[in-house]
Amino acid sequence: MNAFNRLLTSAAIGLAVAVTSAPAGFAETPANMLVIANRIDDITTLDPAESFEFAGSDVSRNVYQKLVNFDPNDLDAGYQPEVAESWDVSDDGKTITFTIRDGLTFHSGNPVTAADVEYSLRRAVILNKTPSFILTQFGFSAENVEQTIVADGNTVTIVTDQPYATSFVLNCLTATIGGIVDMKTVMANEVDGDMGNTWLKTNTAGSGAYKLVSWKPNDSVTLQSNPGYYRGAPAMERVIVRHVQESASQRLLLERGDIDIARNLNPEDVAGASSAEGIKVIDELKGRLMYASLNQKHPILSKPEVRQAFKYLVDYEGMQNSFLKGQYTIHQNFLPKTYLGASNEAPFTYDVAKAKELLAAAGVDGLEIEVGVREAQERIEIAQSLQNSLAQVGIKMNITVGTAKQILARYRSRELDVYLGAWGPDYPDPQTNAGTFAYNPDNSDAAQATGLLAWRNAWDTDGLTPLVDAAVTENDRDARIQMYKDIQAKFRETSPFVIMFQQIEQSAMRDNVTNFSTGQAITSASYWQVTK
Amino acid sequence: MSETETLRAWLLTDTPTSRRHARLSSFYKGWLALRSNTMAMFGLAILVLLGLTAVFAPFLAPHDAFAQDLGNRLQPLGSDGNFLGTDSLGRDILSRLIYGSRITLYIVLLVAMIAPIAGLLVGTIAGYVGGWVDLVLMRITDIFLAFPRLVLALAFVAALGAGIENAVLAISLTAWPPYARIARAETLTIRSSDYISAIRLQGAGPLRIITKHVWPLCISSLIVRVTLDMAGIILAAAGLGFLGLGAQPPSPEWGAMISEGRRFILDHWWVATVPGLAIFTVSLAFNLLGDGLRDVLDPKDGGTQ
Amino acid sequence: MALTEENREGRRRAPLAPWLKTTLMTVGSIAVTMLGLLFVTFVIGRVMPIDPVLAIVGERASQSTYQEVYEQLGLDKPLIVQFFYYLWDVIHGDFGMSLLNARPVSEDIARVFPATLELATLGVFAGIVLGVPLGVIAAVRRGSWIDQIARVVALVGYSMPIFWLGLMGLLVFYGILGWVGGPGRLDIFYVDIVPQRTGMILLDSALDGNWEVFRNAFSHIVLPASLLGYYSLAYISRMTRSFMLEQLSAEYITTARVKGMSERAVIWRHAFRNIRVQLITVIALSYANLLEGSVLTEIIFSWPGIGSYITTALLSADMNAVLGGTVVVGLIFILLNIFSDLLYKVFDPRSK
Repeated sequence: MNAFNRLLTSAAIGLAVAVTSAPAGFAETPANMLVIANRIDDITTLDPAESFEFAGSDVSRNVYQKLVNFDPNDLDAGYQPEVAESWDVSDDGKTITFTIRDGLTFHSGNPVTAADVEYSLRRAVILNKTPSFILTQFGFSAENVEQTIVADGNTVTIVTDQPYATSFVLNCLTATIGGIVDMKTVMANEVDGDMGNTWLKTNTAGSGAYKLVSWKPNDSVTLQSNPGYYRGAPAMERVIVRHVQESASQRLLLERGDIDIARNLNPEDVAGASSAEGIKVIDELKGRLMYASLNQKHPILSKPEVRQAFKYLVDYEGMQNSFLKGQYTIHQNFLPKTYLGASNEAPFTYDVAKAKELLAAAGVDGLEIEVGVREAQERIEIAQSLQNSLAQVGIKMNITVGTAKQILARYRSRELDVYLGAWGPDYPDPQTNAGTFAYNPDNSDAAQATGLLAWRNAWDTDGLTPLVDAAVTENDRDARIQMYKDIQAKFRETSPFVIMFQQIEQSAMRDNVTNFSTGQAITSASYWQVTK
Repeated sequence: MSETETLRAWLLTDTPTSRRHARLSSFYKGWLALRSNTMAMFGLAILVLLGLTAVFAPFLAPHDAFAQDLGNRLQPLGSDGNFLGTDSLGRDILSRLIYGSRITLYIVLLVAMIAPIAGLLVGTIAGYVGGWVDLVLMRITDIFLAFPRLVLALAFVAALGAGIENAVLAISLTAWPPYARIARAETLTIRSSDYISAIRLQGAGPLRIITKHVWPLCISSLIVRVTLDMAGIILAAAGLGFLGLGAQPPSPEWGAMISEGRRFILDHWWVATVPGLAIFTVSLAFNLLGDGLRDVLDPKDGGTQ
Repeated sequence: MALTEENREGRRRAPLAPWLKTTLMTVGSIAVTMLGLLFVTFVIGRVMPIDPVLAIVGERASQSTYQEVYEQLGLDKPLIVQFFYYLWDVIHGDFGMSLLNARPVSEDIARVFPATLELATLGVFAGIVLGVPLGVIAAVRRGSWIDQIARVVALVGYSMPIFWLGLMGLLVFYGILGWVGGPGRLDIFYVDIVPQRTGMILLDSALDGNWEVFRNAFSHIVLPASLLGYYSLAYISRMTRSFMLEQLSAEYITTARVKGMSERAVIWRHAFRNIRVQLITVIALSYANLLEGSVLTEIIFSWPGIGSYITTALLSADMNAVLGGTVVVGLIFILLNIFSDLLYKVFDPRSK
């Protein structure tokens, strides 16, 4: 090493030390205030009947209560009573009667009644916004809600069209769309029969631990605690979520003590921040899967051997241990770990020789395809790694990077050869992923089932569709688990989906913050239990 | 020796014998003036070096610019075999930088071909024809000028899809209006000059006048302008790359390299800094050269002539 | 920034018409330019393959939900009809609702524009205060080491990738030294303390007499503003030098010197006086450019300004927001242009 190199290296080390050592004039946030840096540019609406993005769900989880909900201190326990104190299931498995808890009030001071619950659920069905399928899959429709969702005294009864697994129905009610809104306040703000949709997009009318003070798009969300919260007033009286785009900026803010929690640090910044004084990092397994999928309209990509070959051409270990380190873990099944019926089987490894064999068997010699990926750095890097391994078997894969909407539009119209992206479950039940990866009753172009991943890839599921249908009405827990294991075993081998990784969310925070949870794989972040 | 002496004398003569002689002579004098400007020569030298690097990239690059090695990623400066370190996928940064010079040159040359020529066409036509044509063309120019530049480029790239060719087109689209303005202003002055009237009296048509007499006179101010804009063009391309809409991976475009490397800026600062320095150096070279050229060519600076 | 020099070169050379005609022409040309700007933006927005419907309904939407929104937005009507609907609304001061955050675009712009205005004003101010003297000195001492340094300082400013400089500045001055505030406009603790009058926090806190908030806001703005200031300094100082050189070689300067006038008086009272108008044009353009919002600076400093607003909107297909933002930015550009033209006509001795 010559002098010049030594100089540069010592400069680098000096810089690194300077960054990680405690800086002068350390700031601190007030004791009763929680400040979080997060990317919140995905919030488009706060109406629980419409909200469907990550940052929006975080707000909803803290502002609205649901019939049943998860306890952030014990997420493994599954759904727990919240607005519903208890429930009964009829013998035919189609009717569930909820008894509403006494003494809950909305932020407006109005009591939370069975009528509010009835209104909220009916409203979500009638408005028919994007997430409404979470409820309408049980047979509710704008025409029949008068009969199927009914309040009576302090109970609410819902009637489904088939005897679904009770856990499936209740899990769906924990989704954002199950949020209970204040009927009187909402209807007072109704415009042109929109059931208050316009108003609720930017305002809230809930009964949760926090109420919304302000939402400034691409800037911040400010929440104020609700002292009348039924589990006691939250310790953090004010929660501010600031939009900070860059990981580096988030880390600097955290190290300087200007924020309490940074939620979007990349692996390198996590590594750097965790060695800084006064900062800890919490890992939580999330439900999001990273996958690549092959369009079955493509004459070569639709060959079974080619589908298999792709699964051997992913450098799973290499990526997991390098640029995805700590934030993704290898996972090759469509149900995320921790989900009912999840499987940890991971038979595929990076094996170029095996892939070559398979391709030769399929008679593939030279191939040029296009992969679509959105402009997120980790995805672009996965794409490049894939491109690199495909090149070794003579497949040339061109990467097209575009904005999320651009790539998605092409994916939805079945135009891409290969799509590389992420999928997050909509509600914490296996049906959420089974019903999209392995379910496609009508594979024709005319069906336009753009919400189904199997349809987007023009895959007829090789007979898995009826099995998915059967699993969803199976009320015996163990039998249901086995059914999903069987579906996934077949899916792994035959499907055109190369499922690669499951996300781990790393939240870096000041070490005086306790009990913070982003909700793991099943729900969103909640703040009421956080202390400092 | 004596032959070069006479060539020099021939070039420096005050009494040119032919039109060609006069042109060569003034060119040579300009070159002498430029050569005395150390800064400008420094800029020129860097650009020549860039050109050579681009041409001989395969011989200069120590590694394959695309070869990944995940076990050898984010190596620091001066590590064995990777003088400038490696990036997130374990690719050799120096090799990528060397190959990237081709893309940079490609962008610069292409934009330099498109924008000034488009501007020259619009500007001279507007200036020479005048009247309604002038009004319409200049309003169009105004519209493009008033448009937020990055938005226009982004919209264009978003419409046609990301990629280096589209980025070049998008940048050209935002870069032509100023050239049109300059060309128009020059044309207006030239048009009313006596010798153009004389040519017109001899029966030359507008096409001939514009191409043979107006254009050559606009060129010098355009060249100065183009050189000074080059830095802006490289930075604009880098900005598009930074937003993920420039060159497509795994292309080693410098802006895209910064964009990839900025994630590690706090701990592995060189990954973004090295291409940043490359962009900076080339931009600076163009600016120094342009600034020198302005001193030589711009008649407004009375001092040198 | 480098793209705006033309205005000086392309200045009206037509003979002066009677004032009424001039006024009419000016108003007419603004109207035409604005209309054109609107139309081009509108067309770009509509032909872009980023789907605004998808942006609203999200990835999981069923085809029927999609169709419903498609018709709600009027996208099933012919393009030209859509344009006239839009034009009608804009003339009535209605930019429509943001498709993505469900509030009026005008409200959004009223929120993000002051942030950019504050930053740009401070930036251009720094650019003038440092750039003009630097340019004058460089011209007076042409060829000296001062000239060379001024040249390098300015050209470095032209050549530096702003996102790199921004991140490094943040790292050094905020992360390591702690001299300035971090990303964002205020420390969380100071947010929403002073009543909002102008939306510019420095001004609001000064009006309120709350100097603590003022200090905090200043500590946050100083770094991004210096960065933008450096860029306008580069441009302003180069242009100043060029104008000064032109003046200094003029005959009247030689005459003044021969008369025995002091060098300082020659420079400031004569030469500089004559470049004021040209300089104002340059500054106005520089200002207009900063007011467009520097997207990259805004991203790095989490500055909720109009540049990042338009970009985010564009990337997420919020066409009403893009159109609204573009119209506002375009209008400012055109108005500043006209303003400098007017100044030119008022002050320039040659045009009288």
